[in-house]
Amino acid sequence: MARVVLVGNLTQLTDGVAEFDLPASSVRELFQLLGERHPALGPHLQEGVAVAIDGQIYQDTLLEPIEPDSEVFVIPQIAGG
Amino acid sequence: MAPTLTTDSEVGQTFVGTRTVRPDGADKVTGRARFGADFNLPGQLIGRVLRSPHPHARIISIDTSRAEALAGVKAVVTRDDFPDQSSEFVPAGEMMMNYKDVVRNVLAREKVLYEGHAVAAVAATSVAIAKRALKLIDVKYEVLPHVIDVVEAMRPDAPVLHDDLFTAGVEPKATTPSNIAKRIEIGHGDIEAGFAKADVIVEREFKTQPVHQGYIEPHAALASVSEDGSAEVWCTTQGHFIVRAHCARLLGMDIGQLRVTASEIGGGFGGKTVVYLEPLAVALSKKAKRPVKMVMSREEVFRASGPTSGATVRVKMGATKEGKIVAAFAELKYQAGAFQGSPVQPGVMCAYAPYDIENVKVIGYDVVSNRPKVAAYRAPGAPISEFAVESVVDEIAKKLEIDPVEFRLQNAAREGTKAAYGPKFGPIGLTDTLHAVEKTNHYTTPLDPWQGRGVASGFWFNIGGETCCSLTVNEDGTVSLMAGTPDIGGLRASLAMVAADEMGVPYEKVRPIIGDTGSVGFNFLTGGSRSTFSGTMAVVEAARQIKADLCRRAAKLWEVPVEQVQFENGSVKPIGEAAEKAKPMTVADMAKVAGKTGGPIGGYGRINAQGAGPSFGTHLVDLQVDPETGRVTILRYTVAQDAGKAVHPSYVEGQYQGGAAQGVGWALNEEYIYGPDGKMQNAGFLDYRMPVASDLPMIDAIVVEVPNPRHPYGVRGVGETPIVPPMAAIANAIENATGVRFTELPMSPPKVLKALKERGLNKPANGKGTNGGPAGH
Repeated sequence: MARVVLVGNLTQLTDGVAEFDLPASSVRELFQLLGERHPALGPHLQEGVAVAIDGQIYQDTLLEPIEPDSEVFVIPQIAGG
Repeated sequence: MAPTLTTDSEVGQTFVGTRTVRPDGADKVTGRARFGADFNLPGQLIGRVLRSPHPHARIISIDTSRAEALAGVKAVVTRDDFPDQSSEFVPAGEMMMNYKDVVRNVLAREKVLYEGHAVAAVAATSVAIAKRALKLIDVKYEVLPHVIDVVEAMRPDAPVLHDDLFTAGVEPKATTPSNIAKRIEIGHGDIEAGFAKADVIVEREFKTQPVHQGYIEPHAALASVSEDGSAEVWCTTQGHFIVRAHCARLLGMDIGQLRVTASEIGGGFGGKTVVYLEPLAVALSKKAKRPVKMVMSREEVFRASGPTSGATVRVKMGATKEGKIVAAFAELKYQAGAFQGSPVQPGVMCAYAPYDIENVKVIGYDVVSNRPKVAAYRAPGAPISEFAVESVVDEIAKKLEIDPVEFRLQNAAREGTKAAYGPKFGPIGLTDTLHAVEKTNHYTTPLDPWQGRGVASGFWFNIGGETCCSLTVNEDGTVSLMAGTPDIGGLRASLAMVAADEMGVPYEKVRPIIGDTGSVGFNFLTGGSRSTFSGTMAVVEAARQIKADLCRRAAKLWEVPVEQVQFENGSVKPIGEAAEKAKPMTVADMAKVAGKTGGPIGGYGRINAQGAGPSFGTHLVDLQVDPETGRVTILRYTVAQDAGKAVHPSYVEGQYQGGAAQGVGWALNEEYIYGPDGKMQNAGFLDYRMPVASDLPMIDAIVVEVPNPRHPYGVRGVGETPIVPPMAAIANAIENATGVRFTELPMSPPKVLKALKERGLNKPANGKGTNGGPAGH
């Protein structure tokens, strides 16, 4: 299962739980599983977050695959000026 | 893992990596190029904005009747012309944006929240009439106490800007309105255990002032609304698709009804990723039934457009005597301006990004105060946090008597390092930039008394994002390239170079333009150092489609299987068993028969580019401090930064130099000066002192290339990282020259002189000085 870590304030919506092992095969499935476990978290995953899969940051992409042994970080979205 | 877009194996690099002539150069140097204020339409009206004279006040009433009655006034708009927006956060770059705030920033509703806040706008037949009309708009205010400084704004007794703003990210949940919009925290390890292991601990507090992006071209927009409800806008912007989205949302239009054209841009640096005049111009044009043109004055740019945050930052770092950083803490307090959304989040994430540290904790606060809502400024948030961190890093290195570059190398993030914000880095070039700087002649040139040398490193994540690009092969074999991301730093040249190499045609035969929102699919704005990275990926995609299409056409022409046709060096040619059946045909040859072989030839890249690689940089600066005046003169400046692959090296070097120049201004002179009345006192370039050409030496640029494995050419964005290190590098150099550690920006002459005098370090008139001044290392 993928190892998933929430970074920053998202843990306030999961009673402080920051790390999960989840059988997610895509970013969309990851968000679904996280939302099922912690319903308050769900809406915050729709916008404003990025997902780092094995070190590579992905933004605004639900269909990106996640491998069974991936390390995934859910981090704030980034852009720039 | 999604497949990486790679360039086709037969593509050579004839143009990529060279210094081609820029396609926009002739028009720009002759004055032919059309910037935002250069567009005009027959019958257009002039729009002007009435702005608040108060930094904080409740609006009791707005009476526009006298203005509307003035001959020559064709329309007046106020808050009543913009439907209110419900609270809804949407992504807007590095911050989430709330449309409820956006509509209130465009035109004040319940309150004015900064001096310069727009209250109403008029459209009239002349500038003089528009100005007179503004004076006839009667606004009754209830003036309220104001607060500017971030620490002052956080006090429990500070004037509260928003009665419905409760601090997010705290436990228990806040029940009293506050100016603190949000608290955020990241980190890993055990910070207390880390400090317990340290032999040296340095803790300092730093303060920075708000600074403006300083783009030389003010905001400008021309809008024309038709009676059928459709509209066109021409404006200077970093994101015309974002302008379209905002205007449509704020004015209740279908997105497809609005067509926005981005003009050439005289600088943006993040400050033109938001809307100010555009919705007003559209609203006025709709009411007046005539085009409306609006241009900000320089004073308006300062008083009413978003600069970056001022901030207070506390940093505490600990290291072993061997030089290993074992603990790093920072607390960042950033001004957001009138509405929430400062870049404190990326500031928090970037602060310790250059380092491999086992125990890290960074806290950030997003704080509103009565100044313009901040807008992005080149690596938003990072220059501020890095100024503090890199200053402390330097101080620790000095205490440990370790060379500052060697100290950074010892602790540098490398491939596989876990970043403070979570994920591990892929291939990165920080150590390459440090080594590059170490090897320069600059690093070892002796210094004289009162001269100092400083070094600092920095980082930006970079992004990709939604990007569309079309390539069209014209009847004569030339290629028209249409991109949708405004060109703020050489995009057209870079895209044309990649297209030329991909298609095997001469660079001069590729003509790039930036299309309007009706001509090309959605493109995210130009920011996040994304445009070359993602634009070139879209070009590769489009070129690949064309090459495949040409092979199919040739196969039919030659009556051979398509597997026996190959595109190579600008031609389709038969291979294998078909090798002798036909002669190769160039792109131009195929273009001549395009109609006969299926129709126009083109390709369309539509992607959401992922795989942006971060760019690290290291800056080295020599300077001289005049102990009699406090003036700091930059003597020599070197930037080494990782570009992955420099498509056009001159543009990459230009980004390094431009970022460094802006950092010099931020370090030495620039600041918003507010009076006790909450009004900006230096709203003009005379008193808001930015560097000019005579202030700076040539900035040497070293392009390091650690290829980004996720880009077909290895490209990394480069535009933002160069503004991150300068302030710390300069502060470190001043410390090296004077022994004085400055923790407040700007380090302007009066402040430097005062600090020197307080320490008895200022020289008498003969210039030699009783103290002599320390020599650089």
